[in-house]
Amino acid sequence: MNWYDIAFYAFAIVTVVSAVGVVFSRNILYAAFALLFTFFGIAALYVLLTADFIAITQILLYVGGILVLIIFGVMLTSRAFNVEVKRGLLKRIPAVLVVGAMAGTLIGVLTTTQWPSSNFSPYEDTARPIGALLMTQFVLPFELASVLLLVALIGAVIIARREKERGAQL
Amino acid sequence: MHNFITYYLGTGFWTSLLSSILPLIWIFPYALVAMWIELKVSAHMQDRLGPMRTGGWHGWAQPLADVAKLMQKEDIIPVAADKALYVLAPVLVFIGSYAAYAAIPFSPAYIGANINLGIFYIIAVSAIVVLGILMAGWASNNKWSLLGAMRTAAQLVSYEIPSSLAVLAVIMVAGSMNLNDICAAQSGWFWNWFAFGRFPFLFITFVIYFIASLAETNRAPFDIPEAESELVAGYHTEYSGMRFAFFYLAEYANMFTVSAVATLLFFGGWNSPFGAFMSGPVWGLFWLLSKAMVLIFVQIWLRWTLPRFRVDQLMYLSWKVLTPFALANIFIVGLWTVLK
Repeated sequence: MNWYDIAFYAFAIVTVVSAVGVVFSRNILYAAFALLFTFFGIAALYVLLTADFIAITQILLYVGGILVLIIFGVMLTSRAFNVEVKRGLLKRIPAVLVVGAMAGTLIGVLTTTQWPSSNFSPYEDTARPIGALLMTQFVLPFELASVLLLVALIGAVIIARREKERGAQL
Repeated sequence: MHNFITYYLGTGFWTSLLSSILPLIWIFPYALVAMWIELKVSAHMQDRLGPMRTGGWHGWAQPLADVAKLMQKEDIIPVAADKALYVLAPVLVFIGSYAAYAAIPFSPAYIGANINLGIFYIIAVSAIVVLGILMAGWASNNKWSLLGAMRTAAQLVSYEIPSSLAVLAVIMVAGSMNLNDICAAQSGWFWNWFAFGRFPFLFITFVIYFIASLAETNRAPFDIPEAESELVAGYHTEYSGMRFAFFYLAEYANMFTVSAVATLLFFGGWNSPFGAFMSGPVWGLFWLLSKAMVLIFVQIWLRWTLPRFRVDQLMYLSWKVLTPFALANIFIVGLWTVLK
């Protein structure tokens, strides 16, 4: 057990415990803040796999973008704080089917994959090859994603403006 | 030699620990000095003297007295507050501010982590500060705190875009995201600094970055999150004693981070302005800190000169002025870099 292993288990515990907190929390805002530690733990695991670019992108997008947006949305929703998240059982049979299929796939992947277990390898420059691949081999998916985001952006603006105009008429 | 500690002590747990607490030794005295400068500069701008008695010479001990007062103060947690989040929030804010120090090269011989994505990392971890502030505002269970926190989130998320775009222009010129490499690319005399490169486009980039960084530190003219005339003290209204001190320290730590990043990106970082004269690992520390202190003085100067922005003016400036200019700048600087 060296420092690498200790760091791995520490971050794995943070990730799993906070993920459990996200799922089982009764307060929606607690769940959102627990998600912060899940994202952070996953980013740390990426760092341990020497994927530094993905780790930092994870923090930038998920913590700085998505999570802030979620919390912002929760805070703007009136009386969202006091509502208890529903935790009863609904639609048991479809739920069991979906969760069973998901768990089966994950366990199958987990047991059949050859996990390379090597010691800590030195960091290589990951941003440069990722950038080069995005501009050459994967340029079509990259551009498609940007067009999709642009469409979503324009759509959001149009919906927001329409609501504003309707509000002005009333 | 990126880190003199690993050079002398090798790599290991204790070396990492020592490397990671070293910037703290700088933050505390720096925050005291910056507090005193702020008191004196604001006073002289308003035609008064400011603290003159504490400690004797021009009230030099006033920040020490303030710190002693803050440490003795009773730690008040409001009854209706969400206790766990209320306690966690100031810690999270300081963690976010302090995490950025890992990637700042204080001198050619000292950087906490010499990672290839240094500047990208600094932009990313500042997001943790936003979450800490949101947490503080919500946990206080106070309408002023909540409003302040919401304003902070809106402001920080908006101004992250022009500041990141400004940083991108420098990355294109330097061809690297490693702050040590960006610094090394500006070595020599001061006309090699990126602020004067691709003239005048990188200087415009610096202005955009500096304005956006003022907004990211929540200081006037961008201090609507704590606007004391409307919101008492914004997101830290309910905090007292040491927990308030954490917010205060985080603000000063943030001011230094953005000034150091501006110095590293545009003003040669640890490079001496005069070629080989006064350059070296220890002089590097001196140059970086003094250049950053000049920018901090400019921040204080602006704070006490300009009135506060209104919310709509704030959003107008970010989305309709800074972002288009930053995008146009990226286009021109990129074209220049490709054609060169």
